Amino acid sequence: MWAFFHRMASPKIFFDLSGRMIPWFLWSGLLIMVVGFVWGLAFSPPDYQQGETVRIFYLHVPTAFMSMACYMFMAITSAIGLVWRIKMAHMVAASAAPIGAVFTFLALFTGAVWGKPMWGTWWVWDARLTSELILLFLYIGFIAFQNAFDDYQTADKASAILALVGVVNIPIIHFSVEWWNTLHQGATLSKFEKPSIELSMLWPFLIVFVGINLYFAALVLIRTRTEVLKRERRSKWVRQMFAEELN
Amino acid sequence: MAFESFGDFLHMGGYAFYVWLSYGVGLTSLFGMLWLFQAGHKKQRKDIVGFIKREKLIAEQQANNT
Repeated sequence: MWAFFHRMASPKIFFDLSGRMIPWFLWSGLLIMVVGFVWGLAFSPPDYQQGETVRIFYLHVPTAFMSMACYMFMAITSAIGLVWRIKMAHMVAASAAPIGAVFTFLALFTGAVWGKPMWGTWWVWDARLTSELILLFLYIGFIAFQNAFDDYQTADKASAILALVGVVNIPIIHFSVEWWNTLHQGATLSKFEKPSIELSMLWPFLIVFVGINLYFAALVLIRTRTEVLKRERRSKWVRQMFAEELN
Repeated sequence: MAFESFGDFLHMGGYAFYVWLSYGVGLTSLFGMLWLFQAGHKKQRKDIVGFIKREKLIAEQQANNT
């Protein structure tokens, strides 16, 4: 296990190995995700209160979950990069940031489009929605820091510190529906309780959930490989690899 | 199937606008990322090839001049 992570800290080994892993994550993720979406859109039953709008759930909840999971992933890889000075970890964090930003945007967008017919408003400044919006700003701040400095070391350090400070926001998002009065409904799924959802709705959700995680892994790896090439373009192994391709 | 007909499916019980707007933007963003990242990766490869070629050219010219 540790030996594996140690080896992956080398950009060359990471580049080679991730190149072989991407097709597996990508195609399984795409396939599983599409099955889940089709199931959710066409085969799962309508909700007794929310009617057909409940189908937005299968898009809204997985993207909202991923917006937070991706942030934690980014914070952890940033911390690894800071503590052990592993530049590969910073590259992974930098690659995850825009993906997380898209997930956060989607959670907010699908939430607004769901809120309009159900709550009667696109947006309210309540705890859940506001803290999720702050998450989007944290992602944007991270990306801005990555691009604000000429050398990667400074950019990595600045954005990693921002990512770690922003972790406070994650429990706030999670517990916001319990701590404050809000229009937003409580958690549907919990590790400790029986889910408050019919099995016919739980299944397509779980399928999308698994698929979107695999798809996320593929996206992160694709972007990280681009990042490796960008940062290591002057290194010997990259030159050798391309010299072989040119001949 | 939760719907009687394909027309019903598109109609979404009167919520067609909200459901299809969510999924339209959602799926476009999700799959758009893949397209964008792969295009970015290809461009990065091209840049490096250009970089190496240019270097070679400069080295050859310098060799010719001396």
